[in-house]
Amino acid sequence: MKRPAAESKAAAPPRRGGSLAADPRFRAFVVQAILLIAIVWIGWTLFENIRQNLAAQKIASGFGFFGETAGFGISQTLIPYTEESTYGRAFFVGLVNTLIVSALAIVFATILGFAVGIARLSRNVLLARLAEAYVEVLRNLPLLFQILFWYLAVLGTLPGPRQSTPLLGAVYLTNRGIIFPKIGLEPGSGIVFGALGIGFLLALILRFLQRRQMLMGSERRSFGWLTLLLIVGLPALAFVLTGAPVSLKWPELRGFNFVGGARLNPELLALLFALSTYTASFIAEIVRAGVLAVPRGQTEAAFSLGLSRRTTLRRVVAPQAMRLIVPPLTSQYLNITKNSSLAAAIGYPDFFYVFAGTTLNQTGQAIEIIAITMAVYLAISLATAIFMNWYNRAIALKGA
Amino acid sequence: MTTRTFVRTAFAPNEPPPLEADSTASRFARSLFATPANFALTVLSVGIVALVLPPLIRFLFLDATWSGTSRDDCLANAGACWPFVRAKFGQFIYGFYPAAERWRPNLVLAFGALLLAPLLIPAAPFKRTNALLFFGVYPVVSFVLLTGGNLDLQKFLLGRFLQWTTVAGVGFGIGLRWAFWTDFLFSAVVIVALVAALAALLRASVFAAVTAAGMVLAGLGIILLAVDLDFGLAPVETRSWGGFLVTLIVAVTGIVVSLPLGVLLALGRRSRMPAVRYACILFIEFWRGVPLITVLFFATYMLPLFLPRDVTFDTLLRALIGVALFAAAYMAEVVRGGLQSISRGQHEAAAALGLGYWRMMGLIILPQALTLVIPGIVNNFIGLFKDTTLVLIVAIFDLLGQIRASFADPNWATPVTLYTGFAFAGVIYFVFCFGMSRYALYIERRTAAYGRGS
Repeated sequence: MKRPAAESKAAAPPRRGGSLAADPRFRAFVVQAILLIAIVWIGWTLFENIRQNLAAQKIASGFGFFGETAGFGISQTLIPYTEESTYGRAFFVGLVNTLIVSALAIVFATILGFAVGIARLSRNVLLARLAEAYVEVLRNLPLLFQILFWYLAVLGTLPGPRQSTPLLGAVYLTNRGIIFPKIGLEPGSGIVFGALGIGFLLALILRFLQRRQMLMGSERRSFGWLTLLLIVGLPALAFVLTGAPVSLKWPELRGFNFVGGARLNPELLALLFALSTYTASFIAEIVRAGVLAVPRGQTEAAFSLGLSRRTTLRRVVAPQAMRLIVPPLTSQYLNITKNSSLAAAIGYPDFFYVFAGTTLNQTGQAIEIIAITMAVYLAISLATAIFMNWYNRAIALKGA
Repeated sequence: MTTRTFVRTAFAPNEPPPLEADSTASRFARSLFATPANFALTVLSVGIVALVLPPLIRFLFLDATWSGTSRDDCLANAGACWPFVRAKFGQFIYGFYPAAERWRPNLVLAFGALLLAPLLIPAAPFKRTNALLFFGVYPVVSFVLLTGGNLDLQKFLLGRFLQWTTVAGVGFGIGLRWAFWTDFLFSAVVIVALVAALAALLRASVFAAVTAAGMVLAGLGIILLAVDLDFGLAPVETRSWGGFLVTLIVAVTGIVVSLPLGVLLALGRRSRMPAVRYACILFIEFWRGVPLITVLFFATYMLPLFLPRDVTFDTLLRALIGVALFAAAYMAEVVRGGLQSISRGQHEAAAALGLGYWRMMGLIILPQALTLVIPGIVNNFIGLFKDTTLVLIVAIFDLLGQIRASFADPNWATPVTLYTGFAFAGVIYFVFCFGMSRYALYIERRTAAYGRGS
C-alpha cells in the first residue's frame, strides 16, 4: 500500500540533544511496543474472564454440538432436513437460505436499480420525477421498517387461502404466501431440459460467429429468428417427441390450505421485496452518478461520428459508466448479504435466525456460535469482494 | 470546371430553432410526448401516480378519523386512526419513562437541539467551544439527566488490587464515597508519578508530560464527579426508556463516540508504523464485514462473558457499545477518504514549519479533511439513524419497536391501526433522514463552491 511519505515523522529534527523521545525511530518503536503489549494484555484479560465465567456457569465450550440432534423444524429447507437432523445440517440449511435470498435480492435490486437510475436521467420529466420520488422515499426509511411493513401490513393482511381469488387463473396471493403452479417432472423430462440447454448453447455459438463476422467487416445479418427457433423450437420438439413429460401441477384448495403447486413463504417474500426495493434506491443513485460522470464530449463525439443514440449508449457511455458504477455496486451487494440477517425480525429461517437464534437458544454456546456467525458473514463479504474486484479489474482500462 | 457533387449549389433549408428557444410549455410537452415510446412512458407514469397518490391522500387525510378516544371511533372510517397515535404518543416518544420525569428527556432534547443547531450552521461563531460542549459536556449532562446520576462508585484503580475497606461508608451526604475518591486521588498521583518517571527516562520534557497526564486525569475526575454526585434526581432504569428517545440516544451516542474514534482509526490506518496500521486495518475491516445485528448479538450475549464477573452492564449500554464500535469503523473509512484527498504539499509545508505529527494533523490536515467529509459524516449518521431500528431485535424498544408493540393492544385493534402506525413511524423517519440528506447536499455544494481543499 502506498501512502504519502510526507506523514513521516522523520521530518522533525531532533531538538533537545540526545532526547530519545525526539528520535522518530525510537518513538515509533515505543508506540508500537506499547500498542502490542496493550492488545496482548487486553486479549489475555478477556480470555481469562471468559474462562472464569464459563467455569462459573458450568458451560463446556467446544464444537461438539454440531453433531447433536437439532430437534426443531425449519419452515423452508432446500436441502433435506428433518427435526432429527443435526445442528450441523441446520447450519447449512440456514446458510443456503441466506444465500438464496441474497442472490435473488441482488438480481432484482440490480434490475430495478438500473431501471430507476436510467429513468431518473430520462428526458421525460414526469418519469424522472417519479424515479426521484422512489429513490428519496425508499432510501430514507429504515430497512427494518420496510421489512416489517411488507410482512405485517402488505403480506399479513392478504386474504386467507379460502378467501383468495386466483390471479391469472392459478396464482393465489394469500397470507400464507404466494401459491402458484408447480412444474411436475416425469421420466424423460431430462431430455427436454437437455434440448433447452443445447438450444442456448447453439444460440450462443451463433452469436459468437455473428460477432466475428461483424469484426471481419462483413455485412451484418440478423439471426434473430434462428436464435428464437433454437431456444424455443428445440425444447418444444423434444417435449412433443418424449410425450409431454413436463407438466404444470395446479394448486387446489383442500380444507384450509392448498395442495399441489408451489408456495413461497411470506417471510421470504417480505424480505426479498424489502431488500430489493430498498437497495435498488441506492443502486439507482450509483447508476445515475456513473452515467452523469461520463463527459458530455464523449456523447457528442460519438454523435458526430454518426453513431445512433442507442449505439452511443451501449458502446460509448455504458462501458465508461460501468467503471465508475462497479466499485460502489460491490458494497451494495455486500450490504444486501449483510442486511439479509434482518430476517431474524420476521422469522425467515436464514442463517442468522437458524444459527444465532434457535441454535444459540437451545445449546447456550454463545461464544462459539456468535464467533462462527461473524466468521461466516466475514467469509461471504470477503468472497463477494474478491469476485467483484476481479470483475472490476476485468472491465477496467487496460494498461492504465 | 467539373461539377463536384459535394459542393452545394443552393442554401440548405432552415433548421428549426433549438429546443432552448422554445417556450417552457412546449418544451415540457415535447419532453412528455416527443416519441411514441416517450408517450407510453408518460402514460405509465401517470398510471403509477394515479394508483398511489389518491388512495394515500384519502387514507391519510380525507377518510381519516381525527378525533375520538377509543377504537370505536375509528371503526367507522376507512382512513387512518389518528386518535390511536395521540393516545400512544407518549409511549412512542418516551417509551415507559415515568410521566412525572419526562421533563428530563425533554431538557436533554432541548439542550441537544440548542447545541447542534449552531454546530450545523456554517456561519455560526464559536465552533470550537460549541463542538467541545456537544462532544464533551453534553453526553455527561444527558447521562446524569436521563439516568438520575448518583452512580455510587465503589473503587477506582488501586482499590482493585488493594483492600480499601478501611475508610468505608458514604461520605459528605451528597452521594460520594470516601473509599472511591481517596482511591482516585492516590491512583492519580501514582499515574502522574509514573508518567513523569517515563518522561525522565526518555529525557523528554517532564513538565509537559505531567501537565498532559494531569489534565486527562482532571477531566476524568470531573466526569466521574458529575455522574457520582447525588443531584436528588429519581433514578430511571434504562429498561423503562423507549420510543424515539432511545432512537435518538443510540444514534447520537453512536456519532459522538464514533467520530473521535473514527478519526484515530483513520490516522492509524495511514500510519507508517506497521503494528499500528495492521491493528487498525484489522479492526476496521472486521466491523465492516459483519452485519450490525451480529454485533448487537455479540454485545448482548458475549460481552458479559468478556467482563470480570463483578462488572455488569445494562442492556442498553451493551447495545450502545456495539453500535459505537460498529459506527467507528465506518466513520474511519469516511475520514480516511478525506485524509487521502489532502495533497501532499500540505504535509510537506507543515513539516517544513517544524510541526510534529500531532500538530501537523491537528492544525493543518484534519481541519481540511474533516471539512471535506462533512457530507460523508452526515450520510453516515443517516445510516446509523436508520440502523438504530435493529436494537428491537435485542429487545430494546426504540420508536419502531414501540409502534410494533402497540399493534398488540386490544383496546386499539382496528383494521387500520397497522397502517396508521406505519404511516406515523414512516413520516418521522422520513422527515429526519430526508432533512439530514438535504443538509449534506447543501454542505457539499457549499464546499464545492469554495473550491476543494488543495
